[in-house]
Order: sequence, then C-alpha cells, then structure tokens
Amino acid sequence: MKDHAVVGRPGPRVDAASQVTGRTIFAGDLNLPRMLAGGMLQSSQAHARVVGIDVSAAEALPGVHAVLTGADLPVAYGIFPVSQDEHALAVDKVRYVGEPVVAVAAVDGETVERALSLINVEYEPLDVEITIDEALVAGTRIHGDGDGDNVHRRAALEFGDVESGFESAHLIREDVYFFGGNNHGALEQHAAVAAAGHDGRVTLWSSTQVPHYLHRTLEKVLEMPASRIRVIAAPVGGGFGGKTDPFSHEIVAAKLAMVTGRPVKIVLSREQVFYAHRGRHPTLMWVKTGFDPDGRITAMHFRSFLDGGAYGSYGAASLLYTGVLQTATYKIPNYKFEGVRVFTNKPPCGPKRGHGTPQPRFALECHLDEAAADLGLDPVAIRRRNLVVPDSITVNYLRITSCGIEECLDKAVAASDFSTKHGALPDGKGIGLAVGSYLSGAGLPIYWNDMPQSEVEIKVDRGGGVTVFSMAADVGQGSTSVLATIVAEVLGLEPADLTMVTADTDLTPVDLGSYSSRVTFMAGNAAKEAAESIMGRVAAAVADELELPVDGVIAGGGRVGADDDDEKSLPWADAIQAAIVRGGPLVGSGSYRAPDLAGPYRGSGVGISPAYSYSVAVVQVDCDRETGHVGVEKVWLAHDIGRALNPLLVEGQIEGSVYMALGEALLEEQGFRDALHRGPSLLDYKMPTFLEMPPVESILVETNDPEGPFGAKEVGQGPLLPVIPALANAVHDALGVRIAEVPITPDKVVAALRDVARGGGGHFGPQSVPDFDFGRLTRVDPPADFQP
Amino acid sequence: MSEGILSLTVNGDTTQLVLSSSRTLLEVLREDLALTGTKHGCELGECGACTVLIDGLAVLSCVTLAARVEGTEVTTVEGLASGSVLHPLQDAFAELGAAQCGYCTPGMLMAAKALLDAEADPSRSDVEQALAGNLCRCTGYLKILDAVDLAAERLR
Repeated sequence: MKDHAVVGRPGPRVDAASQVTGRTIFAGDLNLPRMLAGGMLQSSQAHARVVGIDVSAAEALPGVHAVLTGADLPVAYGIFPVSQDEHALAVDKVRYVGEPVVAVAAVDGETVERALSLINVEYEPLDVEITIDEALVAGTRIHGDGDGDNVHRRAALEFGDVESGFESAHLIREDVYFFGGNNHGALEQHAAVAAAGHDGRVTLWSSTQVPHYLHRTLEKVLEMPASRIRVIAAPVGGGFGGKTDPFSHEIVAAKLAMVTGRPVKIVLSREQVFYAHRGRHPTLMWVKTGFDPDGRITAMHFRSFLDGGAYGSYGAASLLYTGVLQTATYKIPNYKFEGVRVFTNKPPCGPKRGHGTPQPRFALECHLDEAAADLGLDPVAIRRRNLVVPDSITVNYLRITSCGIEECLDKAVAASDFSTKHGALPDGKGIGLAVGSYLSGAGLPIYWNDMPQSEVEIKVDRGGGVTVFSMAADVGQGSTSVLATIVAEVLGLEPADLTMVTADTDLTPVDLGSYSSRVTFMAGNAAKEAAESIMGRVAAAVADELELPVDGVIAGGGRVGADDDDEKSLPWADAIQAAIVRGGPLVGSGSYRAPDLAGPYRGSGVGISPAYSYSVAVVQVDCDRETGHVGVEKVWLAHDIGRALNPLLVEGQIEGSVYMALGEALLEEQGFRDALHRGPSLLDYKMPTFLEMPPVESILVETNDPEGPFGAKEVGQGPLLPVIPALANAVHDALGVRIAEVPITPDKVVAALRDVARGGGGHFGPQSVPDFDFGRLTRVDPPADFQP
Repeated sequence: MSEGILSLTVNGDTTQLVLSSSRTLLEVLREDLALTGTKHGCELGECGACTVLIDGLAVLSCVTLAARVEGTEVTTVEGLASGSVLHPLQDAFAELGAAQCGYCTPGMLMAAKALLDAEADPSRSDVEQALAGNLCRCTGYLKILDAVDLAAERLR
C-alpha cells in the first residue's frame, strides 16, 4: 500500500475558518428580503379531541399574513413508510402537550406571539396514558378509535434454542434494568426558512440531518412534484439524531411561504425543542443469561419495553435495535429477543446517538459484571471468553468482518491499569469497564429501493478547481471534511483545495443522510469512486502526454506523473487540461450501495451493516458516600476505527461521545410530571459543563476494514455505548451498590447505600417487568456457517 | 412599548437605531445589524451561545437590553479578527478541532477572549471556571481547553 499524503494526517476541518469567524450561516441566521416570522400554537392537552378552532381574532390582527390549521395540511406523514401517523398540525386529535395545532405567519415575532394568544382551541379531553404499564393494558387508544392497548410494535425472535442453552448452563442469571429517556440537546434550536415564488417552486433551508427524506416528505404533504421542491440542509448546529425526522415546523414554514408569497422563518424555542424531542426511548429491560463454568454464554433471553411517546417516528427500528447488537460483541449461541414499543401521551421518542442500542448495552454490560462476580471471574475475563472474532457471522445473521474488539480490550485495560485497580482502589473510588459495537451505516435505506445509498459527483474546471457534490449533511461530525480528505487523497491535492457543495437537493446527488454513522463509510466510498473516475482520465491523459505507462502514473503534491521521476510529471492544472482536450468535460461520479446482508427472517433489515466499529471504555470514579455524588476522574476509550482518515476528527468524536454518555449516565433525563415536561430549559435539564468533564484518553485501533474507504469505519456513535455501563460498573466497584437505572443520580446512590446499611444488597432499580404477550415467536435456525 | 433612538457602538462602528426599549442586545445584533455570528441556544441566559463583550467583559446578550449598552463598546465574534488576520484564539480553535458543529464557538471565543484579556496565564481550572457558563454538546470541551491554552501561550 502506498503511503497516504492526506489520509491519516490530523488536520483542521475544511470549514474551520468560517466557523471561528462567525461566518457559518446556520438556518436561523438566514434573513431574506420581506421575510415573515412564523410560529406555532401548541397543544395544552395531553390527549384530546380538537372540537373547534377559532382563528378569527388572530386573522384580524394587523400584521398577520396567514393562519394555518390541520385542515390546510391534511396529508399524514412519518419518517418510516410503516408509520405514516403524523400531521404537521393536529387533525381531529392531539396526542401530547406541545403538539403543534395552529401556525401563524406575521410581520415579526411579537405579532406572531400576539396572534397565537388570540387563538381559541376547544378540546374534549380523553383519558391520558403516560406509563408503559398503562399503555400495555386496555385504555383509550392514542392511535385508532375506541379502547384497546397502545402497543405500537412488537417483536419476538429466537435464534437457535435458548431453552437447551439454559439447560446446559452452570449459572443462570436474571436482571432488570431501566434506562431513562433523554434529549439530544443540540445547542442550535431547530430552524427552517422557506421561500416560494410564483413559479410554483418552493425552497426550504433547514437544520436537518436528512435533506433527502425531508424532500420526500414535502413532496407527499405539500402534494407537489419533488422537482419543484428544493431542500437545502444548512450547516447543522448539532444533530445527534434530533434533526433526523421531518418536523412539523419545516412543513409549516414551506406551506406558509406558499400561502403568503413571502419567505417565512420559524425557529423553535428551547422549550419547543424539548417537546419536539425524538430523543432516547425510556426503556425497561429484562435479561436472562446462561453461562458455563468458565463464563461462556450458553444462551441469552432479552426483553425490552420501549416508551415511544405519541408517534411512530423511527420506533419500528428503535425497537429492533434494542435487541440486535448484543450478538455483535459476544458469541451468543442461542439468543431470544422479545420487545414491545408502546404509544404514550408524551413527545415522540426517536433516534439519539446510538439509536436503541445504548439502553441494552447498559443492561448487558452491567449484567455481565454481575455474572462475573457470581462466577468468581473478573470483568475482563468474562468478556474475553465471549468476544466475537473477525470474519464470522452471528447467530442472528450479522456479518462481522474487521473486528478489533480484543485489541481494544487489551489496550484499554493496559492504559487504565484496570486489573490492578479493580476491587483495589480506596473506598469511594472505583473503576469499571464495558465494551460496545455499532454500525458503520444501516445496511438498508428507510424506504425500500434498489438505488445507491450514496452518490457523489465531481466536476473539474479548466483552472484545476475541483468541486465535489454530495447530499451528505454536515451536522458537526465533519462529514464534509471527511469527503474532502478522501477526494484530495485520490487526486493528490489538499482538502482545502476543494470546493465542497453539500446537502442541496437541486445541486447534489442523493445521499440518504447523516444518521446511523453511515456517511464516512457510504458517502466516503462513493466519493472515492468518483475521484478515481476523474483520476483514471487524468492519468491516461498524462501518460499519453508524457509517454509513460498509465499504471505508473500517480498524483501527489499537486502534480500528476511518474512515481519515480519528478521531471516526468505535470502540474495538476496542466494534467486536467490534457484530460479535457482528450475527453471533453471532466466530470466523474461514484456511488455506494451496501451488499445484501439481510438474514432469512422478518426484521433482519435492522442491525445489518457493511462493517461494525468496536469500543471499550474504562471509567474511574470518585464517589461521595454522604451525598451520593459521582465524580468522574478519567475515561479511557479504545475504539476500532478501521482507519483514522483524520485522527483529529476521530478524537473529537470520541471525546464528544464520552461527554454525551456521561451526561446521560449521571444527569440528563427527559422527565415528566404527568404529561408535562419537568423542566424544558437548559437550566433545569442538566448537561455537563466544563466543570464536570474529565480527561479522556483516546486509543485508536486500526483494523483496516476491507470494504471501508481507505479502511475506515464509524466513530460518531459507537464510543458512546460502553461509557454508560462502564460508569455504572465503576460506581459498583467504588461503593458496592448496583444502580440498575440511568441516570445514576445522587438520590439513587444514597438510596442504594441506605439499603446496604439496612442489610440489603445495595440494589437500586426496577425489580420486574410486566407480564406481556409478545406475539407469535419467529424461530430462526442459526446460519449454516455459524460457529458457536 | 416605548421607542427611542439609540446609538450603539459595535466592533468599532457606531450606528443610530430606532428601537423599542424591550429589544435585547442579541436581537438587535442579529436582526438590525445583521451580525448573525452571535448565536442563541435558549434566549434565557442559560447556555452562553450569545456571549459578547461589553467594554471587555463577557456578557450574555440575550438577557441584556440593547438600551442598556449605549455608550459602551460592544465586541462580537465578527470583531475578533484584525482585518484578515485571525485572533490567536480563532487560529487555535481552528487548528485543534475546538469547533465541531461550530454553533457554540462564537460565544466560547468571546468568553475565552474576556478571560485571556484579564489573565494572560490562566490555569486549566481558571479556564474551566471562566467558560463553565458556555455549553457545548459536540466536543466534550477538551479540545476547547487545549485551544485556549495554545492561544494564551501564543499571546504571551
């Protein structure tokens, strides 16, 4: 393999200069001539029929240009084809406090607020379902008519034979865990600006992670051809999954612009962001595992109960994600998953960093530590005995290729001196460990189609300028910089030499969006192929011009020519002109579609990925027995990145993942008092500040994935997963208490310590899960080449 | 709401504006002066994204009435560079990856500038204390700390 000039080199983002000068234009920063302000009246009711809406006073208010209700946007939508259950403005019913009901466009924000206050909505209240327990039994249906349970989706899958696995077990352990819901808390409040001309076209700028899916939603709800709708994802001021659904304010802004003929801007308030939500599902989990005397897993049965809030969102996938990646880290020869997602009268849950997998990862990794203690093993040994290996297949048909889980474990344990410290630190101090794995992109698109999941185009102008077109949305993770790195490497240029045009449905070829950690792998492969198609033509032209064998032509340092003789090379601009002379316009394209990896069962589309990243976290804590405060002293995080295209960005993703995980583990909870959010503000919703953030030692493990671009895999989500259970395990090491519930707040720690003082086992958390019929079990034979 | 003519000096430029007395400095900067580099994350003084300097001190512009800053020197992120030359804090933030999505960055830079103007050689704990009111959801703060350290070193 030749040395890489750009790949592997730490470097700044390509947009760093505009970011540090305040020149990055986020959606909310756009100001267009004659622009109106838009806003939405939200439901005061958790569950009610909308009997009447009187907007006459609002319409009559000077400065008001348009008022919309659900009747103006009657078409239902939802991110998943199977969950078309939302309306931009409530139709007939409201299902959570905060649901948008009426929209107004007016000359300024103050007039919008005054108009909203003049609107009278008459509600007929319905019974409210708030908890998972309430939703599982017959009550007023949140979707559909009359009474019934509020089950959204259920799943029941068995791979192999868990009963025989339990029969052969030396130890069987059962535990129950709860993971509280939380919000993404991106610092940028969602914003959308729409403009419509009299030519029947509408343009929407939005802080969205998924311009392509938003484009499709607008086509459906506005009942317009997609070719007349342009969606531009502005640089996103933090996403984390929170800007991955089509949102009502986006649709409403477009409709208001069409109705008024003037641009309209809607910026959600922070409170509205908490109610728009789509964050982590509160999840109750039960796990039962059999082990042989050496700690090898013989069978596992996992059940999850997800509180989905009022709408489907990504829930059909979220449910399956709570059951699928247990096998991506550990060899589980017999595995059964049962799960249910319910509707409740609260803001809808959806995908947040790790999408449905942090909750079971928390449960599984705490459960393994408990089992290790039962077996007299240490936390490293029990994991080491069960690790998956490279180039294998799991019992539920996940194809594992590159896999650095063992190297991650070795390095994290060595760097942290875990084995010396575990069980040996002074009272109040503790150390914990956990592992995790995540997808490098969901294997399938959200809507069924056979087209590529990522396309990239490149155009080269006569001066040598290279413009790269991709719909990938930079949400802060640095996707634009990653694509620039890949193209620059192939063309022998610098990332800063390139012009990047991204996330614009009129200009850029489709990329499905910035979710499921898919962009580096999928758009990266497409970008590499596009650049190689350009390079193929340039190399042929230079070979012809300089009378060189074409396979000896390379690009580097802004020149193209013989790899062993600088005299026999051309500057980039001359080289590309030679190609244009010989072949006309110098344009190239590339695309990527994941291989078909689905297993032979319904539901197998969730969890498959062309590659898995692996992470191991070690967390060291210092706890206060009096107050229950958990201070984090240090985190070590080893991550199998495949190949670090830009180590600076990789470290940034690891540090950010650790941060977000610690927030979830210790502080953050999207809590409700009945149907009202407990504190929809950044003062009440506690996020870690500089003062809470510990040092992080990032350890990069490179396994050079055979299918990743230059060997790369994901890093945006995986490193979050093991941190939360590693912290819980550290608290156990420090104080001897098991907090089986996230967030691990001081009151829970104190309650567990009091339990110990009373002679109890120091356990805090739920004791049982509801008795529930998960429906017909699908039994799946393990893959023929499965190696237990 | 009363209106009045206000004279505001921002990044060295003085502008006369007719403003309602209820307008916040954040609103006036972003809407009347088109200085959209200053961000908002809460509009309640809870996140630090709107931090600007008033006579060199870091202030939350979302909870500051524009009428209260007449006669002061307001500095926003747009006033941090000298012409085409970036401030060392800007260089360091760019070089070390202290900005990911970049949304908190303007406020973070201004809070850091107020600190470094007052204390040329702050300890890490000084920096953490000074910036604790500025939230960032992307970076975990570590690269921001490194960038402030590097800028302080270059400024000394």
